[in-house]
Amino acid sequence: MDVLPTIWFFAIGVLWIGYLVLEGFDLGVGMHMIFSAKNETQRRVMLNTIGPVWDGNEVWLLTAGAATFAAFPFWYASLFSTLYVPLTLALLGLIFRAVAIEYRGKGTTARWTRNWDIALGWGSLVVAFCVGAMLALTTTGLPLDANGDRVGGPFVWLNGYAVLGGLALVGFCLVHGAAFLALKTEGDIRIRMGRFMTRWAPVALLPLIAWVLIVQFRGGKLITLIPIALAVVALVWGWLNARHGREKRAFAGLAVFLALGALALFGSVYPVVLPSTLNHAWNLTIGNASSGSYTLVVMSVVTAFGLPLVIAYQAWTYWVFRKRIGESDIPAVHHIEPATLPAIKK
Amino acid sequence: MDPLDIARWQFGITTVYHFWLVPLTLGLGPVVAVMQTLYLRTGNPRYLRMAKFWGKLYLINFILGVATGIVQEFQFGMAWSQYSRFVGDVFGAPLAMEGLLAFFFESTFLGLWIFGWTKLPKRIHLACLWLAVGGSLVSAYFIIVANSWMQHPVGITYSHGRPVLNNIWAVLGNNTALNAYSHTLMGALAVGAAFLVGIAWYHLWRRRKDGIDTIGADKRVIPGSSTTIPGRDVVDHGVWLSSLRIGAVIGIVAFAGVAYTGDAQAKLMFQQQPMKMAAAEAACSTGTSFSVLSFGDVGSSNCKNVVGVVEIPGLLSFLANGNFTTTVKGVDQLVPEYQAKYGTFLPKNSIYGARSGEAINYVPVMAVTYWGFRLMILFGALAAFACVVALWLTRRGTVPSSVWIMRLAILGILAPFAANSAGWIFTEMGRQPFVVAPNPTPGGVDGVFMFTAAAVSPGVTAAEMLFSLIALTLVYGGLMVVEVRLLVKYIRGGTVSAMPELGQPPHDDGAPSPDRGDVLSFAY
Ligand code: HDD
Ligand code: HEM
Ligand code: HEM
Repeated sequence: MDVLPTIWFFAIGVLWIGYLVLEGFDLGVGMHMIFSAKNETQRRVMLNTIGPVWDGNEVWLLTAGAATFAAFPFWYASLFSTLYVPLTLALLGLIFRAVAIEYRGKGTTARWTRNWDIALGWGSLVVAFCVGAMLALTTTGLPLDANGDRVGGPFVWLNGYAVLGGLALVGFCLVHGAAFLALKTEGDIRIRMGRFMTRWAPVALLPLIAWVLIVQFRGGKLITLIPIALAVVALVWGWLNARHGREKRAFAGLAVFLALGALALFGSVYPVVLPSTLNHAWNLTIGNASSGSYTLVVMSVVTAFGLPLVIAYQAWTYWVFRKRIGESDIPAVHHIEPATLPAIKK
Repeated sequence: MDPLDIARWQFGITTVYHFWLVPLTLGLGPVVAVMQTLYLRTGNPRYLRMAKFWGKLYLINFILGVATGIVQEFQFGMAWSQYSRFVGDVFGAPLAMEGLLAFFFESTFLGLWIFGWTKLPKRIHLACLWLAVGGSLVSAYFIIVANSWMQHPVGITYSHGRPVLNNIWAVLGNNTALNAYSHTLMGALAVGAAFLVGIAWYHLWRRRKDGIDTIGADKRVIPGSSTTIPGRDVVDHGVWLSSLRIGAVIGIVAFAGVAYTGDAQAKLMFQQQPMKMAAAEAACSTGTSFSVLSFGDVGSSNCKNVVGVVEIPGLLSFLANGNFTTTVKGVDQLVPEYQAKYGTFLPKNSIYGARSGEAINYVPVMAVTYWGFRLMILFGALAAFACVVALWLTRRGTVPSSVWIMRLAILGILAPFAANSAGWIFTEMGRQPFVVAPNPTPGGVDGVFMFTAAAVSPGVTAAEMLFSLIALTLVYGGLMVVEVRLLVKYIRGGTVSAMPELGQPPHDDGAPSPDRGDVLSFAY
């Protein structure tokens, strides 16, 4: 029973995994631009590694949201309205980040670039934290009434799980971003980011591991132990490779670790999509939160056609931009002067 | 304040803002793509410069469209949860399709275009731009499908108190959607056109003022070349003259398109949402006249003191039915009909919050619908008229030296933006008090409707909504200032601002030096 909603539950899982694996590193790169870069040229190198791809990565988030709306409108409505405040912050973070990426290079004063760096770095951090908190609460529950609406004030969601999830995603993004930069740059950044990954991964990934284990203990199934075990293997493998400077494998190991960890989370909560902490009878499940089967069939057809295509052309993009870049590749800043006679220009 | 009002203000402000950015993206994108195609076909450097310059402005604008679009996508769940639950079965599907089939194309291929100038073979690079632009056009289609379903619900059955999708083709082929889509696209082209004309005008004027272009004995322009200003050569004159004339032609065609599709839309609206059109006309009592100007308090939502001052007999009937004699129902007659069908009071139900049991006002704010409709047409017509004048004034190859006409041309950029906003505000506010409008028509499903009062999120407090309203409005306001300043800076820089190589001593047509050939070309 409930075959279609089950498929859609995992399809949404796939969209979230796509988002976390891809935007995970570009959020991390945003943070490293203010925390790790040593000078302006290094910041520009970092930004240019994600330049061609970040917007495509962000669409995974939009599509995860819209697919939730289409396939599980009740889940979408309850989750988004309950988390009104953190989502507003996430939106502001996304706005600042997107605009900063495009605009920071379009001015030349030091103040201009510094302000946009702040918007980019802190915007990335806020997005990672809020999205992490939201995902954690999806797995641990919110105070919902029978209609799926929030009981309590604007901040009732703020609990230990929310903070844990927020830290988990920030930590993951930092490590993943470092792994990506080590893979895509040469010179000083490459060396330092490789070191960051080996040194900090064991600490920064702890909250994520803790979250997965907590959810497993709260209601996991025997079978979800398999992805957890494999995730640990992938992580250790990636970390060992990072120590030997094999950056491709290190990056791949992290990505697989995240994908399997998320799979374990989704598997553990299934068939509940959003638990109510007030009364289990009010849980939103794949049965009572989903759209009708006609809608799900339509969406399945569209996705079966669209998603492989997306994966194919996004993969091609990464292939086109596969070369490493270094500080010597960055051209001089381009000053823009009005095209008028100097006398009139003053 | 009550959460409903705040949520409505927020939705209105954020969407109208989003729709200042969107029409420029939609209108400019195809132009840039055509320029680059022409360059590839002819090798004429003029087209390369046009593609680069307009492409730069396109990107500066595009990013704010992306940033504000994300807010739109999340807002349904955050502020309108009850609405999302009610319509989710139907409404989510086009949004998800938009993500999968449009936004991914748009964003991925635009990234390839921005960074791919030296990295991709020329044809593939151009194809990337076309795919990105095509993605925008497709995204506009899906979002209009979603919106049109709220104006005219189709393709559903009603079960357990909710609409359930049973025919996706009916939703995708909704006549309201097809019309609104073509109308909106034409409106967007008008925006792109005015943008081209205004900015190109400025540069032609600047060239004359700086003494680069002069007027010969036959009154025709003699394009010149400046030795001191980078990029101000003879080709530069062609860049601006072509941009201006192409823009003007697009503007005229777009207005014809807007008028044609708008007329079709009005006919649909008379059937589907008779009250909206009656309100748009301040047509208080049943009749056939179209009011060009009405006096009295059209905003009062009650017809007692509206007096038609200039009326054209028969025209309203023509707009609605295509003939001059069939009478069109007025507000006085429609209100009792609506009351009989959809009730006189809001049901006593907690989802209506403080409004439960209140009397329902079926007449939208008439001042908004009446003036919204007229301003839309007026501003659009002004812009089209300006395009005709522009073609005439530039027939000898440049613009007049008057600084005032130049300022008017720049100001004129705003007209189609205003027309678009007026159109949306009219459409959306004319639908009130419904968020999903009932349709007493063949093809529509009459039983399905939702009052806006029931749509807002029950669990969200007014304080939260006020916080997001204020935060978003402030941030949007600030970003608008930044965007306009950046645009102005790049516009005043002319083509050099998008092509630094023009400012350098002549080099082999801007090809990358061999040692860097395989590294990406940098944009940031
Ligand atoms: C007629 C066209 C149209 C209309 C009515 C809307 N949009 Fe829009 N939207 C676009 C046309 C568009 C676009 C032209 O495709 C944009 C503008 C700039 C851009 O990047 O794409 C865009 C961007 C854009 C994005 C960012 C996509 C990205 O990251 O690439 C989102 C999430 C939305 N929109 C969502 C919405 C929602 C939920 C709307 C309804 C309230 C809405 N838009 C109205
Ligand atoms: C798919 C596209 C759209 C959807 C789904 C949509 C949906 C909505 C919803 C849910 C509301 C809130 C309920 C209400 O107050 O009426 C609303 C209001 C509004 N929308 Fe739209 N809208 C869309 C596009 C647009 C666009 C592009 C604009 C203009 C730029 C626009 C302008 C407005 C305005 C001005 C309001 C406020 C009306 C009022 O409060 O009375 N809408 N729309
Ligand atoms: C002769 C001229 C025009 C006519 C007869 C006309 C007619 C209409 C009508 C009847 C609607 C409401 C549709 C509905 O609520 O279902 C509408 C909406 C709209 N109009 Fe126009 N219009 C004209 C000119 C323009 C111009 C010049 C622009 C912009 C440049 C424009 C932009 C819009 C937009 C953006 C909407 C809202 C979206 C939509 O419903 O398509 N219109 N128009």
